[in-house]
Amino acid sequence: MPGAMRGIPAAAPSAPRAPSFDQCLAASLFALLALLPLLSHGIASSYSLLVGERAVIFAIAALSLELLIGAGGLVSFGHAAFLGIGAYAAGIAASHGLGTLCLALPAALAASAVFALATGAIAVRTRGVYFIMITLAFAQMAFFIATSLAPYGGDDGLTWPTRTMVLGRPILKDQLTFFYVCLALLVATYLGVSRLIASRFGRVLRGLKDNETRMQAIGFTPYLYRLTAYVIAGTLCGLAGFLLGNQAEFVSPAYMHWQRSGELIIMVLLGGTGTLYGPMLGALAFLLLEEALSRLTEHWKVILGPALVLTALFASGGIAGAIAACRRRRAAPRVPVTLPRLVHHLLDAGLEPARSWRRAIRRRLLRPAHLFKRGAHRARAACEPATLALGRGLQALPSLAERGLKTSVERWWRR
Amino acid sequence: MSASLFVVQLFNGLQLGILLFLVAAGLTLVFGVMDFINLAHGVQYMLGAYLAVMAYGITGTFFLSVLLALLASLLFGLLLELLVFRHLYGRDHLEQVLATFGIIMLLNQGVKLLWGAAPLNMPIPDLLSGSVPLLEGLRYPVYRFAIIAAGVLVAAGLYLFVTSTRLGMLVRAGATNAAMVSALGVDIKRLFTVVFGFGAMLAGFAGVMVAPILSVEPGMGDQILILAFVVIVIGGIGSIRGAFLAAVLVGVIDTLGRSFMTDVLRLVLAPTTARVIGPALASMSIYLLMAIVLAIRPAGLFPAKGRA
Amino acid sequence: MKRAVLKLDALSKSFGALRVAEAIGLEILAGETHAIIGPNGAGKTSLINQISGALAPDKGRIVFEGRDVTWMSMAARAHLGFARSFQITQVLRHFSALENVALAVQARSGSSFRFWQAAAGEAALNRAAMRSLDSVELAARADTPAGSLSHGEKRRLEIAIALAQAPKLLLLDEPMAGAGIEETQRLVATLKSLKGRYTIVLVEHDMQAVFALADRISVLVAGRIIASGEPQAVRANAAVRAAYLGEAT
Repeated sequence: MPGAMRGIPAAAPSAPRAPSFDQCLAASLFALLALLPLLSHGIASSYSLLVGERAVIFAIAALSLELLIGAGGLVSFGHAAFLGIGAYAAGIAASHGLGTLCLALPAALAASAVFALATGAIAVRTRGVYFIMITLAFAQMAFFIATSLAPYGGDDGLTWPTRTMVLGRPILKDQLTFFYVCLALLVATYLGVSRLIASRFGRVLRGLKDNETRMQAIGFTPYLYRLTAYVIAGTLCGLAGFLLGNQAEFVSPAYMHWQRSGELIIMVLLGGTGTLYGPMLGALAFLLLEEALSRLTEHWKVILGPALVLTALFASGGIAGAIAACRRRRAAPRVPVTLPRLVHHLLDAGLEPARSWRRAIRRRLLRPAHLFKRGAHRARAACEPATLALGRGLQALPSLAERGLKTSVERWWRR
Repeated sequence: MSASLFVVQLFNGLQLGILLFLVAAGLTLVFGVMDFINLAHGVQYMLGAYLAVMAYGITGTFFLSVLLALLASLLFGLLLELLVFRHLYGRDHLEQVLATFGIIMLLNQGVKLLWGAAPLNMPIPDLLSGSVPLLEGLRYPVYRFAIIAAGVLVAAGLYLFVTSTRLGMLVRAGATNAAMVSALGVDIKRLFTVVFGFGAMLAGFAGVMVAPILSVEPGMGDQILILAFVVIVIGGIGSIRGAFLAAVLVGVIDTLGRSFMTDVLRLVLAPTTARVIGPALASMSIYLLMAIVLAIRPAGLFPAKGRA
Repeated sequence: MKRAVLKLDALSKSFGALRVAEAIGLEILAGETHAIIGPNGAGKTSLINQISGALAPDKGRIVFEGRDVTWMSMAARAHLGFARSFQITQVLRHFSALENVALAVQARSGSSFRFWQAAAGEAALNRAAMRSLDSVELAARADTPAGSLSHGEKRRLEIAIALAQAPKLLLLDEPMAGAGIEETQRLVATLKSLKGRYTIVLVEHDMQAVFALADRISVLVAGRIIASGEPQAVRANAAVRAAYLGEAT
């Protein structure tokens, strides 16, 4: 099993291998998304297209975050900053009449890359929770800078005059075209990230996540590799931000809010780190859940919250983890799932806390019984000498009797 | 920029710092002892405030509602620990982030459901209302003094507890090396529960105390959470002393920055530029502080975990 | 007269009041197998850590092939030709044994900033890695995740990784630690085959292995070298006997 990422080609022979299960899944996901405009008809179609666009854009962002979390072991709690930076760069360009593809897109990517380089240079020196906090801090800084951009809306945000023009024509204005452009970029991102992770660079990154000491002993300096990964991930997320701003024709500091960063992490975790199709599915699932639940009730977060908690407790591998578990179970010898067995299993899992309570109670209830037993032992020990003496006396009785008999017989004899 | 305003803001900063300490103390202990990232600590603070308001609605007296709210916070914290957090110790930080993020969602929306989205309020008790003269012609509210005093008392009590009692020694040992403490035969599960309950109560206490002076609304815990995390990173994870120092530092710098940054900048920059950059820089000041501290001392000022 | 590959010059390190190294002076000659022995807590692993770059000394110099490497990082020293095995096994648990070794080969063959070609398919890297695995008899387990290997196999994998770096200096920190009798014999045979071809610094407790493999022995007690020389001389040294070997030899 090469590395910790599935969907990576193994130590390969020279002939092209058949695509792995994970790659097939990703391909089917792309196919489904490509058919989305055709599958949804009528009035709902344009709305479902909007939702689909957002899902695809956030899937790109989730893939970029997976590069950091899954391959690099770097949990960034400030990834949403790049969404905002990409969107603001393109939006500012648009508001100055420079909203063309050859200006706005490079601006968005360059701004994200520069921010990633500047903040990553400091952040990548830290590990663990310090990395989380420092990335959060940098995102907050970006957030506050954006709120202070009075000429560009400040807190209220910036409305774009128009979407980015391609070759002078508002091609992206057409919903369908825009959707397919986003989808194409998602496929390109998936291919790029998947090859990146399987490449020499990706292998070093994964190795650094696995055992940094060993990698240093071999001759790899962690800093440069991690910084490069951070810049690549930031730039990719800036691309997603560019698309997001185009989609809404609006950008505000809320794009960079730390809760947005948290949501990106949730998308990756919900889908399952360790694969590439996982985070994509996670982004899709999160947005669809958001949509579906918000139709049910205004307080949909009351449902989503516990769902996340339950996922963390029982399905911490996310959707990808569940799929992998299913495949393992199918490969393993089948134990028929009967209703009694299922009920027994659920009861087992559910009753565990009750059982531990029962044990604790029993221990406390049985303490008097233990004390009684101990008392009985002590009493017995105290009586031992007396009983021993009694026993010995009883044992001696026959011989005593015999001797007494003999003496009396002798006396009688001597008379 | 007058001297009296400076003094007032200094005290306000101290008050914010004390509040931050109460929230951060629980957070740093939980993270230091159990290696558990508790993002839900902020909502425990919020819950303390809501419970205080609810208790006040029932009892009508301030001090009784404080007591009731404290107890309720503790119970709720223990309930959370029993149901959710206990099963996440030792797991990957990411799973803890996922679960606690879910709790934040649930509770933020839950309070909106139960109490509505409109901000609630609680009157300051008569005993602590009014203001006292600080300087020439300068008065400062009694209640805020009370918060500072209460916070300092709690801090002192916590310090005594952690340094002079056996349980406190176990907590300090757990923050340094939890596995070793368990290997030495201590019931680590009970220790964890105690630490967690304590942290929840401290956060709840902070929430209870701010209920009269801040508007109690959903999401009030989120900003405090971020500040608390900044505090424990600066102070060093697992260290109460570090949390206290860092909290006061962060509180004072944040408050003074917000009040005076624009004025300070106006001394060197053009007034319009100062007015634009000032607020942004002020909000960023504590993050800059954190970045500087981490650059010099990557493990914070007083990290509890030694070379082990 | 063999030239000195590694020279330790008055190397000192303390952790607070604990002196783990006190003015250690040592010379490792080219092609020799130099064993460092000493009681527990003598500072042997700290010495290896300082030589390999995991620990920075307080005072003193480390000179490798005429070059002062005292302040070089572990990775930079690896590029100069240092390779080490760890007392507590450090392998990439989620990677296969082959990939573990292939990464070591990758480190010294060109830039790793390549973003497109699949690394696992690079035949040259894999061939070199397989050769290394062959030399420690792990070729059959090439595709097993390193985390699933037995303890002895992991120790051998560490040696394979070190060999794959084509090292000029091999630092082995208790390679026999925790290995059973058969495993130890296999390791001794492997190390015997490396004698003369590589310059080896061997930290070990297993006296049989030490006397079977070492050309020279240095004895480290409480951070100080109390004896250094041929195995027979060290065996006969009274101070060493008293401190470490005991009266019975």
